[in-house]
Amino acid sequence: MKDKKIIKIYLYTRYERLWHWLQALMIISLIITGLEIHGTYKLFGFQTAVNIHNFVGLTWLILFAFFVFWLFTTGEWKQYIPTTKKLFSVILYYSWGIFQGKPHPVQKAKGAKHNPLQRLAYLGISAMLLPAQMVTGLLYYLYNDIPQVLPLSALAVIHTLIALFLLNFLIVHLYMTTTGHSLFSHIAGMITGWEEIYETTEIADWETQATKKK
Amino acid sequence: MKQRYLPKVFMALIVISSLLFSFQSAFASTPKIEDEALGRTLARQAVKDNKRWSTIDHSKIDALNKDFKTGEEITKACISCHSEAATQFHKTIHWTWLASGDKKDIRYGKAGYSVNNFCISGNAMEDKGCLSCHTSWNKKGVEGDVNCLKCHNDSGFNFNEALGDIKAFLEDGDPDTNEIATDLQQEVKEAVSQVTFPTRKNCGDCHFKGGGGDGVKHGDLDTSLTKPNRMLDVHMGTDGKNFTCTRCHTTVDHHIAGRIYTNPAVETRKSLIEDDLAPKITCVSCHSDEPHKNDSKMNDHTNVVSCQACHIPEYARVNPTMMWWDWTKAGKMKNGKPYIEKGPFGKPVYKSIKGEFKWEKNVKPEYFWSNGSQTSTTINDVIDPAKVVKVSHPVGDKNDPESRIFPFKIHRGKQPYDKVNKKLLAPMLSGEKGYWETFDMNKAIEHGNKTLGIPYSGEFDYVETTYAFPITHMVAPKENALNCNQCHIRKNSRLANITGLYMPGRDKSSLMDTIGWLSVFGALAGVLLHGIGRFFTRNGKEE
Repeated sequence: MKDKKIIKIYLYTRYERLWHWLQALMIISLIITGLEIHGTYKLFGFQTAVNIHNFVGLTWLILFAFFVFWLFTTGEWKQYIPTTKKLFSVILYYSWGIFQGKPHPVQKAKGAKHNPLQRLAYLGISAMLLPAQMVTGLLYYLYNDIPQVLPLSALAVIHTLIALFLLNFLIVHLYMTTTGHSLFSHIAGMITGWEEIYETTEIADWETQATKKK
Repeated sequence: MKQRYLPKVFMALIVISSLLFSFQSAFASTPKIEDEALGRTLARQAVKDNKRWSTIDHSKIDALNKDFKTGEEITKACISCHSEAATQFHKTIHWTWLASGDKKDIRYGKAGYSVNNFCISGNAMEDKGCLSCHTSWNKKGVEGDVNCLKCHNDSGFNFNEALGDIKAFLEDGDPDTNEIATDLQQEVKEAVSQVTFPTRKNCGDCHFKGGGGDGVKHGDLDTSLTKPNRMLDVHMGTDGKNFTCTRCHTTVDHHIAGRIYTNPAVETRKSLIEDDLAPKITCVSCHSDEPHKNDSKMNDHTNVVSCQACHIPEYARVNPTMMWWDWTKAGKMKNGKPYIEKGPFGKPVYKSIKGEFKWEKNVKPEYFWSNGSQTSTTINDVIDPAKVVKVSHPVGDKNDPESRIFPFKIHRGKQPYDKVNKKLLAPMLSGEKGYWETFDMNKAIEHGNKTLGIPYSGEFDYVETTYAFPITHMVAPKENALNCNQCHIRKNSRLANITGLYMPGRDKSSLMDTIGWLSVFGALAGVLLHGIGRFFTRNGKEE
């Protein structure tokens, strides 16, 4: 293990990185202003918080459409296909192996950016939590202008609950970035696009099958 | 490589921002009017022609060029031209003190069975103390002639006093005093010709001083509105639009628009665009029901929140208003004599003839659903003395499309009720047999109830009561309107008692919040423990 050389591969394209950080910025500002609107604390003042929240929310909604377009035109969506293969070894690694210095059971590679646990988590976030948040948010925003699908209280409660789940994700996600070769190597990868991996890593066939060019 | 990419980024930004722009305007419900709030534009339009013009100079009218001896003679002179004025006026509540409408048999009104928690009852106009505000000459009530000058003269001249003096001087026969009488008559003649549409002072002489003094009753109506600045009232401000009362309280046949006991001022709010002949009594009349700037979230509030709720942040902003009147304390003497004790604001906090008072300034209103109607407890209504009796209270419900959340002054107090019949009582206050002379409440009640023909068991006690006044005057300039945080806040929301609707910032689901925060703090605790674990095992590394 020790003699394995660390090399860098170009894993995240420019658009991907831009989208990632833009979305991070938007989600964080939405959480901050959203919790103020919810009455958790006072920061900008209710009116300013609402204005920021509405503007960023709508911006996110539009930019998300671009992301979905990118996802399907590039075939990147296949990176999110869930699998149970090695899922438990990944879980086992994070709950035990990591403390023993064992190697990560799944290494990153061009065709396989996410380990099975990440695939599952990101799919759940992108395909369920985020759309649900966008739909409830939009219905909330348009509450006075369109027929009322759900009472405001229901919309608000769901919207708040999902926001807190996303905050939960944010915390875990941030922490997980520190589990690379060094504390900041994953973050550096997301900034430069170049991710550090071991030179001799073998990528199993099943991992790249979906994205392999025929 | 990098430079080739830049134009693409630039293009993308342009596309995104133009998309955002079109998205925003797609949801705009009204066309843009030069960036000014629609309600402002419409209202400006409605009051553009601010000056009323007249074709008459009353000082040149022969009928008024006379030496008047009595008020009745003056009225006769008015009617010699305005032949139908008195006939019209006799039908209005300003004259009858009785509410008209379909509930006539209940006899709502000062001259009827309605009571309040101030001087309690007008005792069918038998309590002459109340009649100083009746629009008749010499407190004669409906038996007398209409005093047109009460509302239509802005000389500020005291006609009652002058005419009383003239009468006395003429009767005593002395040539010297006769001369004084002639001088006085000349003064009266000059004052009489100063005929006007009702000014704020005309209306205010009674409506600012209801309940026996400045600011006693309303809270949003007191003598500070005779010459207000626009900070106190943006419409009536002499440095602003300088509205008179009748600018909004429009009239038909001497009937003046406004709420009358249980009847709302208007059944539905209509703007001038929808109905240009409707009374201009509501904010919507001139400002429309989407008064704020385009896309303003505030316009989404107007089907739930009244304009007054946000635009009158506090009432009694210049003069104090009475908040408490306790009749149980009345009747104490100092050296065997009734006395008055003054407190903060230089206002009486005790009067032997009336009891204990509390005054407040810059008062935050209380908020209730209101459709413009109010309940009015009469002397015939059975009350529950175990509870605080709501003598007058707004009528409204969140499911009623005409109801809005509306600000109120709630005047609290204690007043007598019949222990056997469980009804409020109407003590006579002024006059020989009145409480103010006898200080005997039992006798005052006996006498007072008799004037109304309502039986009294002979046993009374006191009950706490409330009386609600809608707060609708003293509209502040827009920069002083409430900000969102006054209501959209978890603690001490101004609308804390308005239930049955979800208000962002004020409301939450405790269960869902708990679940959400448990997940957040669970995640925090988890990563913390995991991190500590990695720190101490040094990720399993040897060196």
